[in-house]
Amino acid sequence: MSKIWIFACLFGLYLLYSFTVYTKGTEQHIPLPATTQLQVNKGKQLFQQYNCVACHQLYGLGGYLGPELTTAYSDPGRGETYMKVFLQSGSRTMPDFHLNNDDVNALISYLKYVDETAVTYKAY
Amino acid sequence: MKDQKLPDNSNPPDKAAKAFLLLALSYLLTGMVLGVAGGFQYLYPSFLKDRLSFQQTRPLHVYLVISWIFTAAQAGIYYYLPRIAKRPLYWAQGVWWHFFMQLTISVFIITCFFLGYFGGREYLEFPPWLGIFIFLSWVPFAVNFFFTLRPVYKKAPVYIWSWSTGILFFFITLSESYLWLFDFFNSNIVRDLTVQWKALGSMVGSWNMLVYGTGMYVMEQTSGNDKPAKSPVAFFFYFLGLTNLMFNWGHHTYIVPAAPWVKTVAYLISMTELLILAHLITQWRKTMSKARKNYHLISYRLLSYADAWILLNLVLAIIISVPAWNYYTHGTHITVAHAMGTTIGINTLILFGSVFYFIQQANPVKAEKSKKLAGTGILVTNIALLIFWISLLGSGIVRLTGKLNNQSFYAIMKKSQPYFKAFSFSGIFVFTGLVILIVVSLRIILSKTEAPATRSGQDYSRQPAIQEPLKSNNISALNLADTSQEKS
Repeated sequence: MSKIWIFACLFGLYLLYSFTVYTKGTEQHIPLPATTQLQVNKGKQLFQQYNCVACHQLYGLGGYLGPELTTAYSDPGRGETYMKVFLQSGSRTMPDFHLNNDDVNALISYLKYVDETAVTYKAY
Repeated sequence: MKDQKLPDNSNPPDKAAKAFLLLALSYLLTGMVLGVAGGFQYLYPSFLKDRLSFQQTRPLHVYLVISWIFTAAQAGIYYYLPRIAKRPLYWAQGVWWHFFMQLTISVFIITCFFLGYFGGREYLEFPPWLGIFIFLSWVPFAVNFFFTLRPVYKKAPVYIWSWSTGILFFFITLSESYLWLFDFFNSNIVRDLTVQWKALGSMVGSWNMLVYGTGMYVMEQTSGNDKPAKSPVAFFFYFLGLTNLMFNWGHHTYIVPAAPWVKTVAYLISMTELLILAHLITQWRKTMSKARKNYHLISYRLLSYADAWILLNLVLAIIISVPAWNYYTHGTHITVAHAMGTTIGINTLILFGSVFYFIQQANPVKAEKSKKLAGTGILVTNIALLIFWISLLGSGIVRLTGKLNNQSFYAIMKKSQPYFKAFSFSGIFVFTGLVILIVVSLRIILSKTEAPATRSGQDYSRQPAIQEPLKSNNISALNLADTSQEKS
C-alpha cells in the first residue's frame, strides 16, 4: 500500500510540475508585430515541412550533419545573406529545395526570431 | 492460426507474441540498414543524396530503431503476461488488433518518409495525424496488460511496476509531444522547445521502464530467484528511476532560456544517478561472478554486457549533466555516443536477452545448437560498439574544441573525418553482429520445435512446449515446471 502512496505522491508532483512548466518561466518575451508573427509562423511550418531538424539543431534538438542554427542569424561568420545562399541553391550536402523568395524570407524570419530568444546561448 | 479458433479466454497468444517478435526484428534490420546508409552520408555527402537524402534516412532510422525497442518489449510482455498472471490474456483478439494497427501505421509512416511528407519534429518526424493512430494502437496492449494482471497487482514484483509505468507514461508523453499543435505552445519557441524536451526526455524514460522491466523479469526467470524483484532495494531503485523519468529531462534544456528552477531541479535529480552508479559498482563483482557461473546461457551473456554498458553510459550521463560542461557537450557527438550507448549497448542487448529467453523456451534444442553462433554475434556487436562509441566521443571532442576555438563548421567537419570513418566502419560491424543475432533468432523462431532431449545434464522435457496451444488450466502447471527446472 505504501508503494501506491509513494507513486501517487510522485505522480501528483509530476502533474503540478508539468502545469508549472507549461505556464511559468516560458512566457513570450519578444513581442512581434502581427505581420512578423505570421511570417515567423510560416517559417516554422516550412522548417518542419522540409524536416530541417534531420540535419540542423535548434537549442540542441536535431541532427548533426549540418551546422547548429540557434544563433546562426547573429553569427558574424554566417548571418542572413550567407543563409539565403544555402536556402536558395543548397550545397554539396544540403539538398536544393527549390524554395521561392517568400519561403526563403519566412525561414529567415523564423531563424531571426529564434536567434533573438537565445539569450542563454549567447551568454556563454 | 489454430489458436484463434479456440475460445478467447482459453489460450495465451504465443503466436501473436512471435508475430510481434518478427515485426520487431524486421524494424531492427531495416533500421540498421538505414543507419549504416546515414553513417556513410557523413563520409560521402553525395551518397544517395538525390534518391534518399539524410533528411529521409535519419527519420527512417530513428523511427525504425525506436519501434524495435517498443515492439521487442511488447513481444516479450505478451509472452510473459499469461505466465505471470497464470491465466490467459484478458483480450486475446486485442493482441491481433494491436499487431495489424501497428503494422499499418508503420507502412504509412515509412511511405510518408520515402515520399517526403514530414511532421518535422525530433523523434516524431512523421505527419502529426499519425500520432492519433499510434496512441490508439497501444490501447489493446494496455487493456490486456492491466486487466490480465489485475489479480497479481497486490503483490506485484518490481518489473510489473516498471511495465505499468512504461505504458502509462507512453500515453502521457506521446500526448504531451503533440501539445505544439495548440497555438499556446506553437507560437512561443521557448515554451515549445521546453515542452518538447520534457515530453521526449520522459518518453525515453517510458521505454526504458519497459526494457528494464523485461530485463528484470528475464533475470528472475533465468536465475530462478524471485526475491530480488520484490526486495526493498529493487523498489528504491524503481522509484529513483521514476523520479528521473519525471524530472530529469531538464538537463537537456540548460541552453534554453526557460526558468532557472527547471534546470536546478533537473541537475539535482540527475545527480541522484550517482546512487545508481555506486550501487552498480558495489554489485559489480557479484554480478560478474553470477554471469560467469551462468555463462552458458545466451541471455545471461547479453545481460552481463548490458550491465557493462550501463556503467559506461552512466558515467558519461553524469559528466554531461553538469551544467558548465553540458553547454559544450550538447550538440556534439558526445550526446550521440550517449544515445547509441544506451539504445544499442543497454536497450538492444537487454531486449535480445529477452528474445533469446523467449525462443529458448519455445525451441530449446534448436537454441542450444545455435549457442555458438549467437555468442559470436554478441562478441562482434560489443567489440564493434566499443569502437563506435569511442569514435563518437572523439568526434564530439573535436567539435567541442572547435567551438571553444571559434572554428568554422566546415573546419570542424574536416577535422572530424577520421572519427567519421571510424564510426562508419565500426557501424558496419555492429550491424554484422546484430544481423548474426537476428538470423539466429529467426532460425529458431521459424523452425519446427525439435523433440525435447536430455543434454549435458539439462532436462529439456521439463521446459514448457510453448509452441503448442496452451489451455488455461495447464498454464499454471507449466509455469511451475518452468520455474522448478530453472531452480534445479
